[in-house]
Amino acid sequence: MNAMPAEAAAGTSIVRIRDLVKDYRRGAETVRVLDGLSLDIQQGDFVALMGPSGSGKSTLLNLIGGLDRPTSGTLEVDGLRVDELSEGSLGRWRADHVGFIFQMYNLLPVLTAERNVELPLLLTNLDRQQRMRRVAAALKLVGLEQRAKHRPRELSGGQEQRVGIARAIVTDPTLLLCDEPTGDLDRKSGDEILTLLEALNAEYGKTIIMVTHDPHAAERAHRVIHLDKGMLSEGPG
Amino acid sequence: MSLRSAFNQLVTVTAMNMRNLPSRVGTSLVAVIGIGGVVAVLVSLLSMGEGFRAALDLSGREDVAMILRGGSPDELSSSIGREEYNAIVIAPGIARDARGPVVSGELYSIVDLPMRSTGTGANVPLRGVGERGPELRDGFRIVAGRMFRSGQNEVIVGRGAFSQFENIDLGREVKWGSQKWRVVGVFEAGGSVSESEIWTDAVVLRGIYRRGNTVQIIRAQLTSAEALPVVRAALEKDPRLNVSVRSEKAFYADQSRILLALIKYVGTTIAVLMGVGAVFAALNTMYSAVSSRTREIATLRALGFGAAPVVTSVLLESAVLGLLGGIVGGLLVYFGLNGYQATTLNFGSFSQLTFAFTVTPRLLVTGLWYSLILGIVGGLLPGIRAARMPVTTGLREL
Repeated sequence: MNAMPAEAAAGTSIVRIRDLVKDYRRGAETVRVLDGLSLDIQQGDFVALMGPSGSGKSTLLNLIGGLDRPTSGTLEVDGLRVDELSEGSLGRWRADHVGFIFQMYNLLPVLTAERNVELPLLLTNLDRQQRMRRVAAALKLVGLEQRAKHRPRELSGGQEQRVGIARAIVTDPTLLLCDEPTGDLDRKSGDEILTLLEALNAEYGKTIIMVTHDPHAAERAHRVIHLDKGMLSEGPG
Repeated sequence: MSLRSAFNQLVTVTAMNMRNLPSRVGTSLVAVIGIGGVVAVLVSLLSMGEGFRAALDLSGREDVAMILRGGSPDELSSSIGREEYNAIVIAPGIARDARGPVVSGELYSIVDLPMRSTGTGANVPLRGVGERGPELRDGFRIVAGRMFRSGQNEVIVGRGAFSQFENIDLGREVKWGSQKWRVVGVFEAGGSVSESEIWTDAVVLRGIYRRGNTVQIIRAQLTSAEALPVVRAALEKDPRLNVSVRSEKAFYADQSRILLALIKYVGTTIAVLMGVGAVFAALNTMYSAVSSRTREIATLRALGFGAAPVVTSVLLESAVLGLLGGIVGGLLVYFGLNGYQATTLNFGSFSQLTFAFTVTPRLLVTGLWYSLILGIVGGLLPGIRAARMPVTTGLREL
């Protein structure tokens, strides 16, 4: 058990986790993936979550993003008890507060880049003109304004991930959650993505939590947290 | 969730599904063809019933009375003697003109003829009609040859019977029992049941069948449709008579009841059984559709899209496939069967009735509704499965 929360420098905690437990059923067996974990993440931080396969880092990311529910413990994001939200409220909360960046980009192949970026805005009350203005701004920020009308198969892996990032930031979310964002990219493209994430953190104050296996990627974060067998330790990547 | 957001979600997920259709042409076609086949069978069976009903409806007039012996359900078992005949035709309510009462005393028998389609024998009505018989059929006219002559072994053949049975070509001699008959004409009678019959002079038929002075049915023109109760009351009051009086329309409606019920029952049963098979085809298609989009659906859910738009979009796609099947099936039957002439046994008269498959707009709409129901039922379980799949599981799918 982590008796004391792993916490960075004093500041406003945007993520506050206490005694978080996550069990999975595998047949008749119950597997404990996270074991009484406590953690605070400050507003504007850039955190790398590292650990071996099966250590629970993606599970933790999913719990913070409201994609999964803890077995026990509490999980607050920006003062809201995410673990207590109903399924429907959780969906709306995700749409408003979380931007997801996936390892495999998860773009919809039948939609153009701008239509993919527009997806989260369809959950808002913005009209089409307002949505397209924000889409254009997000694509410009990731340097893909010239590729707005291209479909994912017409883009390189790095460009696809940039579209994924534009989609994640287009609603101006509280948190950016990245699950191995460079895991499917070559070193050069990966570096470009990490530079972009750094810029989003430094210039726009986005709080970023990034799961990665790659020590090189983790070096770009302000803070590196290790997970092993469901427990946390903090230290250099 | 605002209305705009809900609408946007539904449109987006549905559009995503629809745009994916080209990559799933094979499995989608299975559902379309399966449901199309069911609709084709359903509509063709119902159009058979519709054609049968139309043939009998066209035969039925409210201002023509059918008078049979009391208790006789059909012409075959009826018999009316000369004295009764004379008493009946002077009843109030029966139309008269300078030539006398507008009535036709008729005899009804059945002869055997091979069908053109299969060569197998079938019962065909041979009717002996009175001099005024043709007047009592709307649209009667000789379309080839001429009318039979009184007192001669001559027959005229209804257009429907002419097209469906062999050995009754114009000018040909045909033998039934010990008698030879010559086919001298072909007639039409407004598409009515009469066109399934062969006619001759009632006097000749009576002599050959040794029926004495009897007829089996009296067909009488009424002064108006409202005169039927007057005729019925007058005949019931006459102690010499024991007859039943119905309008021609009611008579044929009674005759068609058994077959229409049979067609409806068999048609519905077959359609339901085939429908179960088609639902499985739709289920398979939609499970495959959902399976191929697991990660896309999970991504949308992760972004905040609700479960309801996902279920609805799957149902919509399935409904569209079902409707496509319904349109294909309906068009197949319309262009392949509408107007096609066929014969079937009329249980009311134990003889063959010629009718045309009649694909009405109402039947096509029935087929479309059925295809829509099959599509929606086929999409329901896959839709629920898509919505209930854990997002984290879906995101891991390749």
